[in-house]
Amino acid sequence: MSKVRLATVWLDGCSGCHMSLLDMDERLVEIADKVEIVYSPLVDNKEFPQEVDITLVEGAIGNVEDEEKIKMIRQRTKTLVSLGDCAVTGNVPSMRNTCGAKAVLERVYLENVTLQPQIPSESVPALRSRVCPVREVVKVDVFVPGCPPSADTIHALLVGLLSGSVPDISLLSRFGA
Amino acid sequence: MAKKIVIDPLTRIEGHGKITIHVGDDGMVNNAFFHIGQVRGFEKLCEGRPFYEMPSLMARICGICPVSHLMASAKACDALMGVRIPEPGANLRRIMNLAQIIQSHALSFFHLSSPDLLLGMDADPQTRNIFGLMAANPGVARDGIRLRQYGQEIVESLGGKRIHPAWVVPGGVNAPLSVEQRDRILSLIPEGIDVILRTLGWFKRGLEKYREEIRVFGNFPTMFLGMVSASAGLGFYGDGWLRIVDSTGNIVADHVDPRTYQDFLGEAVEPWTYLKFPYYKPLGYPEGIYRVGPLARLNLVNHCGSPLADQEFAEFRTLERGAVLSSFHYHYARLIEILFCLEKMEQLLHHKDILSKHVRAFAAPNNDEGIGVAEAPRGTLIHHYKIDDQGRIIWANLIIATGHNNLAMNRAVLQVARRFVDGNKLQEGMLNRVEAVIRAYDPCLSCSTHAVGQMPLTIDLVGPEGEVLDQLRR
Ligand code: SF4
Repeated sequence: MSKVRLATVWLDGCSGCHMSLLDMDERLVEIADKVEIVYSPLVDNKEFPQEVDITLVEGAIGNVEDEEKIKMIRQRTKTLVSLGDCAVTGNVPSMRNTCGAKAVLERVYLENVTLQPQIPSESVPALRSRVCPVREVVKVDVFVPGCPPSADTIHALLVGLLSGSVPDISLLSRFGA
Repeated sequence: MAKKIVIDPLTRIEGHGKITIHVGDDGMVNNAFFHIGQVRGFEKLCEGRPFYEMPSLMARICGICPVSHLMASAKACDALMGVRIPEPGANLRRIMNLAQIIQSHALSFFHLSSPDLLLGMDADPQTRNIFGLMAANPGVARDGIRLRQYGQEIVESLGGKRIHPAWVVPGGVNAPLSVEQRDRILSLIPEGIDVILRTLGWFKRGLEKYREEIRVFGNFPTMFLGMVSASAGLGFYGDGWLRIVDSTGNIVADHVDPRTYQDFLGEAVEPWTYLKFPYYKPLGYPEGIYRVGPLARLNLVNHCGSPLADQEFAEFRTLERGAVLSSFHYHYARLIEILFCLEKMEQLLHHKDILSKHVRAFAAPNNDEGIGVAEAPRGTLIHHYKIDDQGRIIWANLIIATGHNNLAMNRAVLQVARRFVDGNKLQEGMLNRVEAVIRAYDPCLSCSTHAVGQMPLTIDLVGPEGEVLDQLRR
């Protein structure tokens, strides 16, 4: 049987959801047996491949590149999972929506600075005016709340998805958990 | 014709970044840049929130070292309240902090960097990762997973949750330690020590193979900065003082109160990255370059402060006559620090008051400004808040560990690129070394702000007008 093609990406998040994935500890070995990790910050593939079975997305959509990237990922993925509160609701990154991207940039790069105050704009992506959850940009198949969802939740999710069903994780995780 | 090589995204580092390498007509590397492209703006988005929310909110800066942010943030809040927290509460915070350093260092060393060290810098990129290591060297992979697990389990057993635990609060911690918790944590320590001693063994035996990497992986003179304990040993909780040494190991500044950081640290901005560049003000920018983190700490302290770690420390310091300058040795220093954390945790757990119920001080805010400083896995972390008379945050400034190393990481990338990258005959392993030097610093880009541009690795041949003449993909 060919292995399930799994990808993981981080957009505007804190990497906590990826850390929770690693918190599966030795269960990682058993999962790694059943999947091929075709793209992830943990491996060296630089290009998001075609025909990915499952993609776990951490983080909200915070800048223009997040947006382009998630659209491309959607096209290449069968089952797209919003993993964690940032991906599901926008969570902490979207707190900046009350003041806007401009105020954030001014505070960080013009005010709290000693030398060469300026807003970086070369080789760095522009911030979106509003941070939004993944589902506002593309269709999401599975939502997993939690900040982060626990390793047990992620394990149950993967075991379910690998056997071809979407498990009910509503009893395992909740917002902010 | 000038070429620009772009490594994007950088992989096996914590967060997103990219590197561009500028190559001249002759194929020689002219310049190199390490870009970070994302900002979440915690310094702004916390405004208007009550100060006591800060530890929980600021932990969300980073899922890898949330406990460091909990420490610095809670200490800034203690300062706002003007309280000295009960010593058992401080010791419990210290234990959680040590546990986190173990897991964060284990992640950096095993999950992210050891594939380069054990499978080789030129190994097949498809398997050069922790999963490839599980197949090729299951013993080491298991050691890494277990060691990280010990750290995370201790954090969980104290705080109820592995990532973003809500247990560290302004004034102390919100629950005392039980006998069962103490015994559970103590039971994990011996195996942890076995693992780390085994790891130090194979790492040291293998150093010879990496002589060339050691020579050029960010190997240059800089100052080193960090907190030392009250006995000038390793002190991650940050209740000693700040020390700065130069590249020969001589002390430049000592007994510095970290709360005066604005007097001697400046921050500069460059247009091509969202990560700012802190520098040592008396020397100016960019001459005021310094490094922080495990390598810096071992160059700063007089001793570690626990028996086995002190033996390793003595050996480490014989690597060079002054300070140890090669950033490759961040790995080595990281392993010694893990050993120290395990031993230190054991010492603290045997403290006579560790089960005391006095773990938290209560007070309304008494100061309108507070600064909290701790040593995070990656270096000195500073949280600085101001509040209004309702206790709401009106201003915040954060100096994040990874930021301090920004100048040094950029210089290291250039050094490695100059030595290994040949613009006429590009090979994957060359570029992996450029990434590997960044891995040695273990930057946490989630902490810093973080980048996103995740395009494939492309090499563009650009014409004089900037038009792309030719493109190569990894
Ligand atoms: S949901 Fe929580 S843990 Fe996950 S990326 Fe967002 S802040 Fe981090």
